[in-house]
Amino acid sequence: MIELQDVAYSYGGAELFTGLSLTLAPGSFQFLTGPSGAGKTTLLKLCYGDLRATGGVVSLFGMDAATMGRDDVALARRRIGVVHQDCQFLDHLPVAENIALPLQVAGRADEAAGDLDELMAWVGLRGQAAQLPPQLSGGERQRAALARAVITSPDVIIADEPTGNVDWEMSQRLLSLLVELNRMGKTVLIASHDMNLIRTAKSQVSANVLRLKDGRLQTGVAL
Amino acid sequence: MIGAVTEALSRALALLVGDPQADRAVPPTGFTARLTIFTAGAMAFLAVFAIALSLATGRLADRWSAELARTATLRISAPADQADAQIRAALTVLDQTPGVASARALTDDEERALLEPWFGPDLPLASLPIPQLIEIVETAEGYDPIGLRARLQAEVPGAVLDDHTRWRTPLVAAANRLRSLGWVALLLIAGATAAMITLAAQSALSANAQVIRVMRLVGARDTYIARAFVRRFTLRAALGAAIGSALGVLAVMALPDGGDAGGFLTGLGFQGAGWLVPLLIPPLAAIVAFFATRAAALRTLRSQA
Repeated sequence: MIELQDVAYSYGGAELFTGLSLTLAPGSFQFLTGPSGAGKTTLLKLCYGDLRATGGVVSLFGMDAATMGRDDVALARRRIGVVHQDCQFLDHLPVAENIALPLQVAGRADEAAGDLDELMAWVGLRGQAAQLPPQLSGGERQRAALARAVITSPDVIIADEPTGNVDWEMSQRLLSLLVELNRMGKTVLIASHDMNLIRTAKSQVSANVLRLKDGRLQTGVAL
Repeated sequence: MIGAVTEALSRALALLVGDPQADRAVPPTGFTARLTIFTAGAMAFLAVFAIALSLATGRLADRWSAELARTATLRISAPADQADAQIRAALTVLDQTPGVASARALTDDEERALLEPWFGPDLPLASLPIPQLIEIVETAEGYDPIGLRARLQAEVPGAVLDDHTRWRTPLVAAANRLRSLGWVALLLIAGATAAMITLAAQSALSANAQVIRVMRLVGARDTYIARAFVRRFTLRAALGAAIGSALGVLAVMALPDGGDAGGFLTGLGFQGAGWLVPLLIPPLAAIVAFFATRAAALRTLRSQA
C-alpha cells in the first residue's frame, strides 16, 4: 500500500534520516517509536504525501509520490485516515459536520447519514455532535479526529501520538478502536512513545514495533 | 465549440448555484464581505460615469464631425441699403459653385435665436448692424474654398467665408481624446477592482489557513477549496456592482437637463440603448472577481504543502 525505499529526508542542510525503508502491508498493525526529534512525525508525513522525500522513492498505492500532483495527493488522502498530534478542525462547524467532512469533500455526503450516527456513538461523542470543536476536551478532540479519519473507511490509518494528551483509560479506549479497525482489515501505523500502550496493543493484536533513532529505522523491536 | 460554450455556461451556473455545504467550510466574515461589496459598488458607480462620458463624447464627436464637415457659413457685412443686393449676388455665386449642395440666407428669427443666449429675447435686430448669414451645405465632394473666396472677393466684397474647418478639427480631436480617456478610465477601474478583490481574497485565504490545512488533510482538492472562496467573492462583487451601477444610473438620470443651451456638459448621459450598457457592469465585475479570486486562491494553495 505505502512503501518507502531507501528514503532520505533533510531540511535546511541537516539530514534527518537516510536510507530508510518501510513497507505498510495491507492489514498490518505497526507502532513507530523513538526519541523526540528523531523524525517520527516527518516519517508519517512522508507516508501521506504531506512532505516529499529528498531522496529515495515513496510510493503511495503504487504511485511514485514524487510525480504525484496536488490532486493525486488529495485522492490518495481519501484512502488514508490521518490523526494528527494536534487535531485541527473547522472551528465554526459542529463536531458532527467536522467528522463527516472527508465524505463531504469527496462528494460522498449522502453516505454520511447512517454511518455518522453509528460512528459518533462508537467514539462516544454522540452527546457532543452539535458542539463546536473548541468546546471539546483534549480526549474528545482525539476521538473526533479518529472518527473523522475513519469515516471514509480508508485503507490505511496513520495516527501521530493519538493518545498524547488523554488519560490512560481514554488511551486504552482509543487503542481498542484502532485494534478493532485493524481487525476489519485496515492497515494501521501509530507513532507513540507510550510503552504501556504498545504492550497492551501487542496483547490484543500482532503488532510490529519500529524504532526510529539516529536516522535509522529498526524493525521488529522487542520491548 | 457550442459544446464548450454550453459546458462553460453550465459550470458558471453550477458555481453560482453553488454547493452550500462547500461554502460552509469557510467561516463567514462580515467585515471583509461588506468591504468587498462597498469597493465593488464604488467602482461600479465610477464605471457608470466613465461609460457615460465615453458615450456622450463619442456622440459629440460624431455629431460635430457630421454637422460641421458638411456646412460652412458666409457672413455678409454691408451697409443696410446694399445688403439685399450682396446676399442675392452671393447666393448666385454659390449656386454656380461646384460642390455646394444648397445655400440659404438665415431668416431674422433664426439670427435672433442664435444671439438670444447673449442678448436675451426680443432683440431689435433691425436696428442693429448685424451681419447677414448664409448657411452653405456641401456635397460629399466638397467645394474649393480658395477658389470660392477669390470669386466672392471680386463679386461680393462684404462676404467672409467661414468653412468651420479651422475650429472643427481641434474640437473633434478633443472629443475623441475625451472618449479614449473614458475607456482608459474604465480599464483602470476594472484593473483596480481586480487588484482589490485579489487583496481581499488573499487576506481571506490567509485568515483561513487552518481551514485550508484541514481541508487538504481530509482529501479536498484545490478546486473544491478554491470554490468556496471564489463563489463568495464573485457574488459579493456582483452584488456590490449591481448596487453601485443602480446608484450611478440614478445619479446620471438626476443630472439637470440644460436643454439646447447646455451643450456638452449636460449631454453627459445615456441615450436610447445606451441606458442598457450599465447593465453589463455587474456581470463584468463578477467575471473580474471570479478570475481574480480563482487565481489568488490557486496560487495560495499551491504555495502551501
